[in-house]
Amino acid sequence: MLFRIRAIATKEVRQLRRDRLTFGMIVGIPLIQMLLFGYAINFDVRGLSAGVVDEAHTSTSRALIADVVATGVLKITHHARSVGELQSLMRGGEISVGLYIPADFERRRIERDRPVAQLLVDGSEPTIEGIARGFAAMPLPGRDGIYQAATSIFEVRTEYNPEKRTAVQVVPALIGVILSMTMMMITPVAIVRERERGNLELLITTPASSFELMAGKLLPYVFIGLIQTTLVLVLGVLLFDVPINGSLVALYVAALLFIAATLALGLLASTIAQTQMQAFQMAFFVLLPSILLSGFVFPFEGMPPVARAIAQALPLTHFIELVRGIVLRGSTLAELRLPAFKLLAFLGVVFALVTLRFHKRLD
Amino acid sequence: MSQAAESTGGPAISARGRTRSFGKQVAVDHVDLDIPKAQIYGFLGPNGSGKSTTIRMLCGLLRPSSGECVVLGHSVPRDAERLRQKIGYMTQRFSLWEDLTVEENLDFMARIFGLSREQRIARMSQRLSEYRLEELRSQRAGTLSGGQKQRLALAAATLHEPQLLLLDEPTSAVDPQSRRDFWESLFELVARGTTILVSTHYMDEAERCHGLAILDRGRLVGEGSPRQLMDSIEATVIEIEVADIRGARKALDNQPFVRSVAQLGTRLHALLDRSLSDPEVRVKALLKEKGIEGTVERVRASLEDVFVAATGFTSDRGADKGSAPTPALPRDAGEGARH
Repeated sequence: MLFRIRAIATKEVRQLRRDRLTFGMIVGIPLIQMLLFGYAINFDVRGLSAGVVDEAHTSTSRALIADVVATGVLKITHHARSVGELQSLMRGGEISVGLYIPADFERRRIERDRPVAQLLVDGSEPTIEGIARGFAAMPLPGRDGIYQAATSIFEVRTEYNPEKRTAVQVVPALIGVILSMTMMMITPVAIVRERERGNLELLITTPASSFELMAGKLLPYVFIGLIQTTLVLVLGVLLFDVPINGSLVALYVAALLFIAATLALGLLASTIAQTQMQAFQMAFFVLLPSILLSGFVFPFEGMPPVARAIAQALPLTHFIELVRGIVLRGSTLAELRLPAFKLLAFLGVVFALVTLRFHKRLD
Repeated sequence: MSQAAESTGGPAISARGRTRSFGKQVAVDHVDLDIPKAQIYGFLGPNGSGKSTTIRMLCGLLRPSSGECVVLGHSVPRDAERLRQKIGYMTQRFSLWEDLTVEENLDFMARIFGLSREQRIARMSQRLSEYRLEELRSQRAGTLSGGQKQRLALAAATLHEPQLLLLDEPTSAVDPQSRRDFWESLFELVARGTTILVSTHYMDEAERCHGLAILDRGRLVGEGSPRQLMDSIEATVIEIEVADIRGARKALDNQPFVRSVAQLGTRLHALLDRSLSDPEVRVKALLKEKGIEGTVERVRASLEDVFVAATGFTSDRGADKGSAPTPALPRDAGEGARH
């Protein structure tokens, strides 16, 4: 049995090596997506140009400004003399944020009944406003007690990603998106192509069983999936300093589970599709909601119930939960047993369907 | 599977009442076959006559709608998996991998059939030389010519030394010289004891078969050796040589006893009702009425005549009654894939 699986897998790898475009896509997709999502898509803008008016001129006010700069969210480009000057700079588009420290800064700090300072925000740009507001709520680390209760009642603390960098959130989830693409697009196409070219008719007259055929065809893609996972992780660490807090073993176990689930789905698509084009369309049919609804881009919690129900049926949703937990929160698989179990259940159901549908016959 | 039962003189294939329909279309209609061992047995029939469907049923690729079949002692489709190791199948379309080299394709097939390392090396080099593929061994299969592809396909189908070879229109994309070579190879295989089932629509190929089944719209309309078929033809064959060919043809066309007329260069080749007495005299008289002079002589029936007599008549009559359209097979199961 194993020799046949090996023979089929070897053939598959040989063909893949010849198919330069597909081979390139296997490496190219992770690379390009990585750069695209890692650099271009940035939910929190960094280095917003800001102007400062410091009327207090005390050591604490200077410390506050230094802390603001240290977060990297604001970049002080202008030092102004009055709030009016800040406003005119903002009108001219030279700054997006203005920091005003009033002359009675020290008194406010001690009395604690009013905010200690003011942040002027350019409301014409929604993202900047939201980000700046978020920034206003963020505690400035290192100076306990100085501004407590000064800005707001609720203190916001961002765990696991204190600098709020998008790449940290995106990169682990990107593993799932890229694996989905490979498994859902390349695999079914590779199977349907054999049907289209007539190879399948020959293959099913050989002694190879359905299981051997499938295993041999899918095995190379499992390895490709693991290579892609590694590629994304390495790039994530090198380019975006993504911390890997959890165990690598847990991560690869989760990746294997997800690869199996998406491969099964791809296989199911290939038993239905008659042409490569149909296989491609089916892949897209699953990929698009996966990317939009899985929590990769939009927070899962904010979705309407229907969208959430759909998301529950997508393996990517559960994998993203797993991989973010393992990579960012350092969770163990035991702690993440719920999404792991859901992924396993998905695999079981789809695999059962595939077994029902795949016959070693033409009719 | 009892080895004894196979080695005795029983037929390689015996089928009873095989029927296969696709929806309402009956592609193969109650076909009974007994195919002896170590012979080349041909399926002759026009496109859509059920040749491919029959072959596919015999190797278990399609399930018959009804009927039973025993191939090399195995009941098909129940035992189809066990049969795989003993049969070689060459599809109508080239179905090896065009992006693999000649050698890689053979290597893959050898491995799939579970040949040991030694067997693999020995058989591959033997097939490469036998089918003149040595110089092409590292060439991609997709770049081969029609004849080369076909030699490769035959080499691949015979690597595991099957007892039965099923060839579905193997020579449809091949030049005449390659076809001759191909048939030489088939006779080599038969000499070594292989049974070969081949479908074709070429008369010269059909004539080379030991036994022949003529299929028309899913039905078996004639069976026997080419000689038997030619001798027992249900028609009288005459050839007419006249100056005014078109006039002669016109004169013959509407006669009730004329079943088919074909022009062969400067001659007319006509099939007449067998019941007609003195056919030469009758035809000569008929032509004379129209003022046409020439020679009329009775000739031996060719296989093509047999084919026309077996299929052409029925299709003409069928068309007259406006019944039985040619079955169109589904894309993935029929001959349509190639057209």
